[in-house]
Amino acid sequence: MLRRDTRTTLEIVPGTGEEKVSAAAHLTAEQVEALGAELDAIREEVVASRGERDARYIHAVIRAQRGLEFGGRALLLFSKFPPAWIAGTAALSVAKILENMELGHNILHGQWDWMRDPKIHSTTWDWDHVDPAEFWKRSHNYEHHTFTNIRGKDRDLGYTVMRITPEEEWRPTHLLQPLTNVGLSLIFEYGIALYDIETDKIKSGEKSWAEAKPQIAATFRKIGKQAAKDYVLFPLLSGPSALSTLVANLTANTVRNVWSHAVIFCGHFPDGTETFEEERLEGETQGEWYIRQMLGSANLTGSKAMHLMTGNLSHQIEHHLFPDLPSNRYAEIAPRVRDICERYGLPYNAGPLPKQYAKVWRKILRLAFPGGHERYGAAKPTPRSRIGKAVRRVAPARLAA
Amino acid sequence: MSSASRFRDSRVARRVRAAAGLLITPLVPDDVLSTLNPLWSRSAPRARVVKVVRETPDTTTLVLRPGTSFAPHRPGQYLGIGLQVAGVWHWRTYSVTSRPGDPLLSVAVTAVPGGVLSGRLAHDTPVGTVVGLGPAAGEFTLPEPTPEKLLFVTAGSGITPVMGMLRALAPADLCGAVLVHCDRTPADVVFGPELRGLAARTGLRLVERHTAGQGRLTPDALADAVPDWAVRETWACGPAGFLDTLATHWERAGDPELLHVERFAPKRVGSAAGTGGRITFATSGLVADAEPDTPVLLAGEAAGALLPNGCRMGICHTCVGKLQAGAVRDLQSGEVIDAADQPGRPVRTCVSAPSGDITLDL
Repeated sequence: MLRRDTRTTLEIVPGTGEEKVSAAAHLTAEQVEALGAELDAIREEVVASRGERDARYIHAVIRAQRGLEFGGRALLLFSKFPPAWIAGTAALSVAKILENMELGHNILHGQWDWMRDPKIHSTTWDWDHVDPAEFWKRSHNYEHHTFTNIRGKDRDLGYTVMRITPEEEWRPTHLLQPLTNVGLSLIFEYGIALYDIETDKIKSGEKSWAEAKPQIAATFRKIGKQAAKDYVLFPLLSGPSALSTLVANLTANTVRNVWSHAVIFCGHFPDGTETFEEERLEGETQGEWYIRQMLGSANLTGSKAMHLMTGNLSHQIEHHLFPDLPSNRYAEIAPRVRDICERYGLPYNAGPLPKQYAKVWRKILRLAFPGGHERYGAAKPTPRSRIGKAVRRVAPARLAA
Repeated sequence: MSSASRFRDSRVARRVRAAAGLLITPLVPDDVLSTLNPLWSRSAPRARVVKVVRETPDTTTLVLRPGTSFAPHRPGQYLGIGLQVAGVWHWRTYSVTSRPGDPLLSVAVTAVPGGVLSGRLAHDTPVGTVVGLGPAAGEFTLPEPTPEKLLFVTAGSGITPVMGMLRALAPADLCGAVLVHCDRTPADVVFGPELRGLAARTGLRLVERHTAGQGRLTPDALADAVPDWAVRETWACGPAGFLDTLATHWERAGDPELLHVERFAPKRVGSAAGTGGRITFATSGLVADAEPDTPVLLAGEAAGALLPNGCRMGICHTCVGKLQAGAVRDLQSGEVIDAADQPGRPVRTCVSAPSGDITLDL
């Protein structure tokens, strides 16, 4: 990024007459390299110290998750009785959240591959999610984590259905995006599965039918299995409680959808997260890659239980710096990452969930309408000569109507 | 087979498992069973250590109770033992010393200096420890029917596979058989008292050579001790140098067809030609970097890949993967296998090192 400063032409942000400056624009190439070395050292330290304690942790989470799931389902066999419905639905919701977030997401990232346990490995694990693990691993581990917040490359920016950066050209359909987002939130896992089928690429011809067909078939098989389990077999097993068990299972799946949608949207979309142009990728150094990950991600603050329930995606910054380190270590290295950010004058975007989620919603609402560059426009690298004079513009806090 | 294991394999049980599978998808019943008790897993068999016998200062017999029914071994074979050390599963193979059909399995573990696993297993594995169990394998076994004139030549911990054979042989077969065993002193002999007792009871002739006083076994010394060695079908196990001497002798003065050897460490040629390189595992997409002498298997495991493995020394061919691109060097023969000449050639990952960047279908 910095090496390219000299050949970057200044772009004027429409409507403001001022250019935005990346929060990392003040760093010299040497500083970027030093920052990269510090983060590399943290990574090496964690890798060298992975051991028994971590293995015990993931086994404990797996046991707890399975206990909650089977306990919850056992209670729901008697779901006609309201206390059993409430306790069972709560247990199953928590179990399903843990299963997707702290277990599925992280194990499929390869965070636990180092144990060489064939039952807890990115190549053998499957999750209770309608998107088959193999497709999700490609779109998420490769595309999203490699091209994080690169406009036009990271399809997770708005998931191809929402305008989440003002650089994306406004279309009238974007007026519907607040509704789209509510809908997506309710059916999030189906949304992710559909998104991974890449209907947009099939339409444009970038992805062939021959490639898409088996993927679509596999996704439908996965949907069928989950639906059979949650909406047919367990209700049938519940006998007179069949209907209330069906509603309970639907509730648990919906709770998980809404929760994981909220956590994941808070990871990259709150105010202050930067997006980048594709040309940045060319010759990007490790230090620059780290900076892109840090500036493009945002953390959630909260209790230990909160971190567990987000699958430690509350440490989105640490996760994006080191996607394959065990999730239980993110909280431990977070103070050091924050310290690095402070010393290098970089923002460390963190806030409680309600606040961050409100910001996400405000952005989705604002960008449903044309414009939005004033508040949400991406930063441009600033030429050296301008550093010092550049002042980060503070946008007036108001909701676009 | 016990009635419990018969039930586990019955058609009813399969139907029950299939129905349970629908209720717990994407888990499989084995996942749930192994969460409740690791010993109940069938896909990842486990055994509990029920007795630890210190044979000599560096060799220990571990007596194991397998958690699920376990396919019987043939005497002389080895099996995989896995242990989680600092969170990481490590696997090595050890000779089975119990008889086929015994309810408990025994393996003899000799601590290798600097070994990650053997030291832990030999010295620091209390009763109650749960270990992983790999299938029994190996061709170092006696044929049916048992040959009439048997000779065993062993040194040090090389006695362990032969002990498995001796324990399984009928007294009539042992009568007339000869065991020449070399170790530093009488006290160092693994299974010493049992071997001497067996010789006294059965007519097995035991020739102990104590190298601290008598020096190493030479072909002449062997001929002196066993004049008819050349007509005996022979099983030999011990250090590499010991086996090389025997193999040379049988080639020169005997019938190499009659000599069967078992090596505990892969035979390696010098490390001349290799360059090391980057290994891409096509199935998992994992990538690992290997030094010139690092076998593909070890480099892959260090990078977190789950790879098929067995003897880990080039014998059992469990670990083979097809070479899709690049070249590997066989660490045992020095042969260089290039995918450009032989696309898709299966290579043994445990004894092959990359020569440049390679891709395997694993």
